[in-house]
Amino acid sequence: MKISEVAQLIKASVCTNNSVEGIEVVSACSADLMSDVMAFSKSNALLLTGLVNPQVIRTAEMMDIRAVVFVRGKKPTEAMIEMADDKSIVLLTTDYPMFVASGLLYENGIHGRGE
Amino acid sequence: MGGVVVRQYDIPANDFTVAGEASSNVRKILSQLGVSPDIVKRTSIAMYEAEINAVIHGNGGQALVEIDTDKIYIRISDQGPGIADLELAMQEGYSTAPDSIREMGFGAGMGLSNIKKHADQLKIDTEIDKGTTVNITVFFKPQTGV
Repeated sequence: MKISEVAQLIKASVCTNNSVEGIEVVSACSADLMSDVMAFSKSNALLLTGLVNPQVIRTAEMMDIRAVVFVRGKKPTEAMIEMADDKSIVLLTTDYPMFVASGLLYENGIHGRGE
Repeated sequence: MGGVVVRQYDIPANDFTVAGEASSNVRKILSQLGVSPDIVKRTSIAMYEAEINAVIHGNGGQALVEIDTDKIYIRISDQGPGIADLELAMQEGYSTAPDSIREMGFGAGMGLSNIKKHADQLKIDTEIDKGTTVNITVFFKPQTGV
């Protein structure tokens, strides 16, 4: 699924300045614990989280996660946006809570599985 | 790829804003050297977990990275309190991290087992009140008998 479709489904806005073109996600991981993301996340994954700190971007970088959604209206800081732009990671924010955002994506074909 | 690339990094204590910079830098070097994405990812995860551990538990430390033609060796050492029960610490879910660390998204007790999962070789030397050294090796090609 393209990032633009993800954004439309969960009514998310893009916070970063880099291009979302060409990024496709096939699976997703919803977690506030980056330790869990490091242990379980699959490839081509989208990360949904309520945690807002620079280590979210670092974790995404290490895990080859190209897009991160901050739930419940949380917004990344300018420093995080700058870091994400530098690493070609797209950051989005949605007002939906994590369960609802995850459910909407699951219902539309984004599952926890991935290659 | 010619010659051994050697890098050394300081890992600052309790500074979550810069934690992971060494791993990020090594990841970039490996990608530039043309190492396969799978190896880059495995190395990044193993090193990042060890780096975060040094920040959380070891009062910071040092990283030594040697990228050879066939493997990458990473040594993360700290002068922290050491690990009292290494066997227990290797178990998934066991953690001595305080709540303040969990609020930062870490301390779920998955770090050491995750390093073991992604490294081809892992050796941990630890001594109470002296510190811990984590030695990680990732081979660029599958090894027989490793």
